[in-house]
Amino acid sequence: MVYDPTRPVVLEARNLVKRFPGVIANDDVSLQVREGEILALLGENGAGKSTLVKMIYGLYEPDEGEIFIHGESVRLSGPRDAIRRGIGMVHQHFQLVPVFTVAENVVLGDEPRRWPFVNVRKARAEVARLADEYGLQVDVDARVEDLPVGAQQRVEILKALYRKADILILDEPTAVLTPQETDELLRVMRGFAESGVAVIFITHKLREVLAVADTIEVLRGGRTVGTTHPQDTDQAGLAHMMVGRSVLLRAEKQPAKPGKVVLNVQDLSVENDLGLPAVRDVSFEIRSGEILGIAGVEGNGQRELVEALTGLRRARSTAVTVQGKSSAGSNPRDVHLMGVGHVPEDREKDGLVGPYSVADNLVLNRFDSPDFSTRGIRDRKAVAALATSLVSNFDIRTPGVDTTVQSLSGGNKQKVVIARELAAKPALLIASQPTRGVDVGSIEFIHSQIISARDEGAGVLLVSAELDEVLSLSDRVAVMYDGRLVAIMDSADADRAHIGRLMAGGDI
Amino acid sequence: MSPKWAYSLTVVIATAILIFFFIDEIRTVSVLSFSLRYAVPLILAAMVGIMCERSGVINIGIEGQMLMSAFGGFFGAAITGNLIAGTMIGVGTGLIMGAFLATGAVTWKMDQIIAGTIINILATGLTSFFYAQGFRLPGVTPTVRVPLLAEIPLIGPVFFNNGLFTYAAIISALLLWVLLFKTVWGLRTRSVGEKPSAADTSGIGVERLRFLNVTLAGGLAGLAGAYLSLEAAGTFERGFTAGRGFTALAIMIFGAWNPIGALAAALFFGLTQGVASQLQADEVVAIPPQFINMLPYVMTIVLLAIVSGRIKPPAAVGKPYEKD
Repeated sequence: MVYDPTRPVVLEARNLVKRFPGVIANDDVSLQVREGEILALLGENGAGKSTLVKMIYGLYEPDEGEIFIHGESVRLSGPRDAIRRGIGMVHQHFQLVPVFTVAENVVLGDEPRRWPFVNVRKARAEVARLADEYGLQVDVDARVEDLPVGAQQRVEILKALYRKADILILDEPTAVLTPQETDELLRVMRGFAESGVAVIFITHKLREVLAVADTIEVLRGGRTVGTTHPQDTDQAGLAHMMVGRSVLLRAEKQPAKPGKVVLNVQDLSVENDLGLPAVRDVSFEIRSGEILGIAGVEGNGQRELVEALTGLRRARSTAVTVQGKSSAGSNPRDVHLMGVGHVPEDREKDGLVGPYSVADNLVLNRFDSPDFSTRGIRDRKAVAALATSLVSNFDIRTPGVDTTVQSLSGGNKQKVVIARELAAKPALLIASQPTRGVDVGSIEFIHSQIISARDEGAGVLLVSAELDEVLSLSDRVAVMYDGRLVAIMDSADADRAHIGRLMAGGDI
Repeated sequence: MSPKWAYSLTVVIATAILIFFFIDEIRTVSVLSFSLRYAVPLILAAMVGIMCERSGVINIGIEGQMLMSAFGGFFGAAITGNLIAGTMIGVGTGLIMGAFLATGAVTWKMDQIIAGTIINILATGLTSFFYAQGFRLPGVTPTVRVPLLAEIPLIGPVFFNNGLFTYAAIISALLLWVLLFKTVWGLRTRSVGEKPSAADTSGIGVERLRFLNVTLAGGLAGLAGAYLSLEAAGTFERGFTAGRGFTALAIMIFGAWNPIGALAAALFFGLTQGVASQLQADEVVAIPPQFINMLPYVMTIVLLAIVSGRIKPPAAVGKPYEKD
């Protein structure tokens, strides 16, 4: 579909300003969306996208400016008010009660009643009918905590539809989805638009924007940078608007100069949480000064492989040597002391201590070294000095080194992890999904840091579900399928289509 | 406790009671009646805990709320010369104490443990300071015999020949179960205790609902306190709730935050106390009375040790709700 200016505007925000202590989150931002239109709000983390839609949804009150819904100027008193006016929102962090069923979650706050009781039968029927109508497959009686992430998101969407939303806001809906689920969601969004719903789609993924949006509004630093349409732009143009300068979508690097072997893995087998084989007889080596990228669809043993190499998981066979020394039976700390840096795939869970400060997170791996403590007493000045220099070297956007790390954006959190691991000068860096949920500008920066670590002589094991990332960074590419490394090749010989077939279990 | 386990325990206890009933009817009925009376304040107080914690607020001040209400109920009845007025003053005191906790823990977002502790300290202080001797109740609370049902052997004399407070306690447990799991109020209350941000974005006023529930729960604590001074003891003494408010929290946990579960747990608790007292009175076992009196506290520790970590509390309990 193309942008159609003759359709009625259902939602308009004019010159909104929202200030928080110390920051202006939105500075004179405007937005317009028409019936049946998909408006993509594009911007880096911290650009003010979430603040903007939270004002539209009544969660924040704008300090200045006006919101019009169906042509009427409104002052929203809260989400309830927004819902009543036909605005629905699918939150980035799902707003679902884990112990409730799908049906209970959908009707919560607007329950069908047989006073004073909840009319459970009517609730189930209504939710099932909606799910059917919009092709959103869910079991209405399943408990939400038992559902996979993709299904939980469908419940969130159903919640909005149940409330008869004709303006639907989706806040970073694809951040948690697999590529297949993403495609499915984009298709569902298209369906909403065709039925007349106005969709506001927040993302920082360029491919999705170009695939689905009718209109694209770009925010940067709390301001509207511009509005465009997919047919008038491309990925490079959008990236330039988002970041404010040209962005390398593909990393630039010199040819590798491999040195001595830093990691040798022989016939490694690892079991998953259920005790089933997840990694089967995997062998490979990594030399200093090279990046080995492992491509593969998630769930083919990559996580278990990384956990075994970093000491987080017991391996069945133990022929792993780091710089010539066996790491058999080592715990994560021993492995770290052997010279291994680890960027875990789930930074919130395994990479950071959320309530700790940025400074403390930056020395989590070395807080007890003589540089940062004397006889068990911490040297806070030394920690702060290191943190201050890392914050500037790694371009971590934080109000200060004493800020809690949980208050940073995803990209900045990831930079904290990378800064910490690289500051310890590892001989081997194991980076798992290093740019997941990270904005374009930060991706470019993280990629350049990984490459410069390589150039300084580190060996790098890169595991990523993003094939583009693997191809762009790696000197050698391995493909993992069903627990095995089905191929290892020089990246010069790597052909995208061929690797795609290997990832799906095709012929070698 | 897993349902299977609870079921087996219930069957064993019921069988034992039946056997004793055929051996010695009078003693069995008397032990069970004692057990039920002992359980009444625990049932009511456990309902207070459930109402609060299901809404996401820890109420460690049940003890103090009960103490204040027992005080208010007793002196209210003694001064007005009217038991009904006394009961209403007791319940009113509980409501005020509930609103007090709600103001601190919900409106002001205080640390909930501290807010509750303030109530406990305040209650001990105020009731001791204003305590006066020489007051008497105008009469005793009536015992109500339910026609027909009271004729059933064993069950009749135990359950259907009691004071009004006893019926109120059992009905409150059954009613709270229905309210929590079948009504709109219950669904919303549980959502507020499990994930307040989900409730908020669904248009539910989290703080309003929490305030309401914590205040109303205070009314139940008032009923428990009034029972202690007006029906169970017929008098008021300093520090006279004797830790029942805390025991009730253990019962709430043992009952998995479920009103029916807590009702069963409180009855079980009362039964152990009843049996121990009877054994003592019959001089079957020569245990010093101090150990018998220790029993509720020992039971509390043992029960908590058994179940702690196995039953999940409402996810948001203890956390004041902050947007974002």
